[in-house]
Amino acid sequence: MKKIIELKNISKAFDGEQVLTNISLDIHDNEFITLLGPSGCGKTTLLRMIGGFENPDEGDILFLGERLNDTPPHKRNINTVFQKYALFPHLNVFENVAFALRERKVPKDEIKEKVTEMLNLVMLGSFANRSVTSLSGGQQQRVAIARALISHPKVLLLDEPLGALDLKLRKDMQQELKKIQQSTGITFVFVTHDQEEALSMSDTIVVLNEGRIQQIGTPADIYNEPQNAFVADFIGESNIIDGIMLENYKVKFSGHTFDCLDKGFAHGEPVDVVVRPEDVDIVPVEKGEIKGTVTQVTFMGVHNEIIVDIGGFKWMIQTTDSVNVGENIGITLEPDAIHIMKKSEYSGMYGDYSSYSNELDELSDPGGDE
Amino acid sequence: MRKTLQKQHSRTAGLALAPYSVWSLLFILVPLVFVAYYAFTDENFRFTTENITRFFTATSDLKGDDGTVREVHTYIVIFMRSLKLAAISTVICLLLGYPMAYIIARAKARTQKTLVTLIMIPMWMNFLIRTYAWMTILQDTGILNSITGVFGIKPLHIIGTETAVIIGMVYDYFPYMILPIYSIMAKMDLKLLEAARDLGCNGFGVLRRVIFPLSLPGVISGITMVLIPSISTFYISQKLGNGKFFLIGDAIEGQYIANNLHFAAAIAFILMVILLVAMGLVKYITAKLVYGGE
Repeated sequence: MKKIIELKNISKAFDGEQVLTNISLDIHDNEFITLLGPSGCGKTTLLRMIGGFENPDEGDILFLGERLNDTPPHKRNINTVFQKYALFPHLNVFENVAFALRERKVPKDEIKEKVTEMLNLVMLGSFANRSVTSLSGGQQQRVAIARALISHPKVLLLDEPLGALDLKLRKDMQQELKKIQQSTGITFVFVTHDQEEALSMSDTIVVLNEGRIQQIGTPADIYNEPQNAFVADFIGESNIIDGIMLENYKVKFSGHTFDCLDKGFAHGEPVDVVVRPEDVDIVPVEKGEIKGTVTQVTFMGVHNEIIVDIGGFKWMIQTTDSVNVGENIGITLEPDAIHIMKKSEYSGMYGDYSSYSNELDELSDPGGDE
Repeated sequence: MRKTLQKQHSRTAGLALAPYSVWSLLFILVPLVFVAYYAFTDENFRFTTENITRFFTATSDLKGDDGTVREVHTYIVIFMRSLKLAAISTVICLLLGYPMAYIIARAKARTQKTLVTLIMIPMWMNFLIRTYAWMTILQDTGILNSITGVFGIKPLHIIGTETAVIIGMVYDYFPYMILPIYSIMAKMDLKLLEAARDLGCNGFGVLRRVIFPLSLPGVISGITMVLIPSISTFYISQKLGNGKFFLIGDAIEGQYIANNLHFAAAIAFILMVILLVAMGLVKYITAKLVYGGE
């Protein structure tokens, strides 16, 4: 695949505070790439640099192999769908979409043709003469996309474009964005803090935290093979337990030695063990490899989410079995349910559900970069 | 349930509005009705349109610069002169104020506060004092000529010219131009400017296609707030124009002092109607041009 944008060792500080540290990233032609991370991780700043609204303190941005650092935004073959859309309130839907064409003095007939075609693509054909302030959030979103796509940019940047929509609409727009990306063949660089959104839409996910890239990979890689405790915790739910690698394919944690699929660690090396809540099998207590007591049961619809105390460490397990608080249960783990990570600066910070509550999780859900 | 709540809400809102309604009635509406009443009556308070027709038909002799004398419609000439001076002052205020408002709105929050305060400080001083200050500055032997004299520049004769009147008007009404424009520009969503750049506009394009159209409501209220008081001002022209430029405000004042209340009211009434129509027209045209008729 052809590289369309290359970021080389980018660093940036605002007022002495380091926002991005040594970021290197290749973005390929026709790729749907997502910058994922919590509020303040630097993902929006990175996007704005590609758009030309910020300059890196150090490092280079290359566009098709040429240095782009000093090119102003209006000369870049890149367009942006802004957070909260930034539609021009003094122009109607048609004129918003036609904005870039009018700047280039495209003939009137051609403008009419192109704008109509673009409005049809985003299913707003009959809205051309409406005022943008009279549109719903979803419709404004479509206008913003049409406006950014009208000049057929090489790259489209999307800054949390679905953040302001309600859940149902967001799901629909995710599908639609993906469809638009595939039909136009334009590279999409998508910024979000919503890991589900990232997993369902992206070809490639870049996980960022504290201005550093934590992991780059396909959604499956990121979910199944997280590189450190931060990624494991941020993407989906994870139990992260201290373990010791006894030898290749043998790991000991919670007082039991398990078979696993990981190798290449030193004998006796301390590691972080990741177990996804849906990969745990519940068995009668006498058949369990390890045993614990249920401390909390939450009905979630398709499954129960239970918290189990195993030797003082609280695990989260998702199961369709019905269990009761106070019950003693046994647990078995298949080798492919266990993922081993090297210890990192994030070890011990995540993956324990002792203070877990659904409500708290929602409250602390980051809400954008601003 | 909803209905009663709404009713209650509108009742409390009505109650809260009451003092303001009384105020507007007493101090705005009643005086306006009196102006109209006086304009259309004679000394014995019998209905007449004579005062109105007098405004349009009264003539007098005007001595031109070349010494020839011609007969002109007195009040039409005075009105056009007022309009000319007010229009020039408004345009100057706009040309000076717009870029300044933009620069202030883009400055740091603290700098913004300081600059806005600096602009407002002269407004705390009495209008008469400010006008007198300009007299001492602009006089033939005044401060300005003393300073320029140091550099060997010949004394400028400004006092008693239209220029002096315009300087006075611009100085007095400048804050009324800059503040409404500034307040709109300060509120402007910066993302819109980025969006315009993203879509291919250079700096001037952003100004022309986004900043200017969005700031138009501020420009219109700025123009209104400068044009209207400067068209009806009467003091500045007397002091800085040495009484040579008789303006419509001076005419009203003169008739009032001469105890000619009915004719004074008629001039005020006509001025008001003309301004109302003009402002309505400006609003309509800009709405058509910029907002596509919405």
